[in-house]
Amino acid sequence: MSILAEDISWTIGAKSILDAVSFQARPGEMLGLLGPNGSGKTSLLRLLAGLKQPRAGRVLLDGKDIRSIPRKAIARRLAFVEQHAATNQNLKVADVVKLGRFPHRSMFSGWTAADDAAVDRALARAGMAGKRDDRWQSLSGGERQRAHIARALAQDPSELILDEPTNHLDIQHQIGLLSLIADLPVTSIIALHDINHAAMFCDRLLVLKEGRIVAEGTPRDVLTEEMLREVFKVKAQVDLPSADERPHVHFLRPAGNE
Amino acid sequence: MRNGLISGAAIAVSLMVVLLVVAISVGIGDLPIPIRTTFLAITNKLGWTSVTISRIHEAVIWDYRLSRALVAAFCGAGLALSGAIMQSLLRNPLAEPYVLGISAGASTGAVGIVILGLGSGVVSLSAGAFAGAFAAFLFVALLSNGTRGGADRTILAGVAASQLFNAVTSYVVTTAGNAQQARDVIFWLLGSFGGVRWPEFALVSVVVGIGLVLCLCYARVLDAFAFGDEAAAALGVNVARARIGLFCLTALLTATIVSIVGSIGFVGLVMPHVARFIVGPLHFRLLPACAIGGAIFMVIADIAARMLVPQQVLPIGVVTALVGVPFFSVILYRFQRAT
Repeated sequence: MSILAEDISWTIGAKSILDAVSFQARPGEMLGLLGPNGSGKTSLLRLLAGLKQPRAGRVLLDGKDIRSIPRKAIARRLAFVEQHAATNQNLKVADVVKLGRFPHRSMFSGWTAADDAAVDRALARAGMAGKRDDRWQSLSGGERQRAHIARALAQDPSELILDEPTNHLDIQHQIGLLSLIADLPVTSIIALHDINHAAMFCDRLLVLKEGRIVAEGTPRDVLTEEMLREVFKVKAQVDLPSADERPHVHFLRPAGNE
Repeated sequence: MRNGLISGAAIAVSLMVVLLVVAISVGIGDLPIPIRTTFLAITNKLGWTSVTISRIHEAVIWDYRLSRALVAAFCGAGLALSGAIMQSLLRNPLAEPYVLGISAGASTGAVGIVILGLGSGVVSLSAGAFAGAFAAFLFVALLSNGTRGGADRTILAGVAASQLFNAVTSYVVTTAGNAQQARDVIFWLLGSFGGVRWPEFALVSVVVGIGLVLCLCYARVLDAFAFGDEAAAALGVNVARARIGLFCLTALLTATIVSIVGSIGFVGLVMPHVARFIVGPLHFRLLPACAIGGAIFMVIADIAARMLVPQQVLPIGVVTALVGVPFFSVILYRFQRAT
């Protein structure tokens, strides 16, 4: 068992953002989170990462309520990549990745060879080894995102939560990043905008609409023309090539002004 | 290993620069004293040498100028540290105790003690300054919605706080004070190293020394704030506890310094930027660099305050502001372009 959400709800003011959401992420799978803008994807990811406490329900990490686990212990096994993580500090890439070792060190422990190895491994996996001495402000959007992924990997997580990590990346880097995550030996929960990318890379999908889960299952089960019409308000044609291939969605241009 | 040696050498050299400017500062005044005499006076006192020097020189050095120069150095170090911590926690390049109203609150507290006649010793003044600093701190915290408000809100709340507390200080002095007290308000609003002696040195050196050690313990936590509160929390930082602890530390540093020398602006703003430019943004290097840079800057500012106008000592805040305001403008200009 990895991450389990039990009837979690979240409100901002009087507005309900998430309403009794329950699901389970299976160990090692890549779980895609789909939903239109404002459907509660980011809020759900924050609750799963333990950054906010749900108003009702609970999040379990290996069967333990995340509220009962100290922050540092959570960060040793669960890494979170935010959607917009900016800084005005001109840090080196290696310094940013080293931040990932924070939860593994106590206030007075020195930097160890194990820490160095974890940072090197994370940089190499994210394809940023050649940029380790580059300054943050000189990086492109794609490089910054990959540096964040490297930082998350340096935490040595068994769970990785990512909020639309492919935003603002060109297509090469979108595909590169998603296949990187798909190949990682971790449980990942990833919010995505691009439905075809979700279909290509995720093992299972969750679809959120107005704070509720409206579909859950493999890409083949979830990505139907009906679901796309109901949830995303678009006309689409879904190709299911052969029995065990992944579906492909063709969006159709609306006919006139109906 | 090599990095360690370079850092060690850099710290040794910059500490020597601190000693040198302190010695120069001691030498300047109505009675000029050669640097050699100053060093001999110190080594004599420590029992390392026993060279005969002028009794008058020795008295001026020990009774007036050395304590003044050392207090200036520690105050500069403490203000620069406070500025560096606030800029990192609030992720705003303009944050510092003076801008956030903490200095103004401390001034109000100290002035209140003087006007109400609750005593005039270092201890009761410090207590008043602490009360004022924490009142300002609470005001800012409440207005900016505790730890949940954004950094911009905190800066706005700080500006309101500094306006409010400076107004209260001026109001109290003009209505309740006599002419002498009205003149003294200049001291609280602009700062002065006149009249500081060894007891003040003892207080400020202990507080700033402990403060430096504590914030070095928090260096990695401060690094983790680079991408914001949420990123820090995701890395395992207890954000609420770290913020409250570090803000209390800066309030303590600021209150101690204001109670001794009045509120001095812009050192806390300028020095962290200079230090970041030289040693980079990682706090384990940045914080000592800020402390040393702040010390050097403040001692030189004190020298300038005594030398710029013959026969007169300018308030120290005038000098730091004359340097700080143009620098502040440059930061504002660059900040605008970066976002």
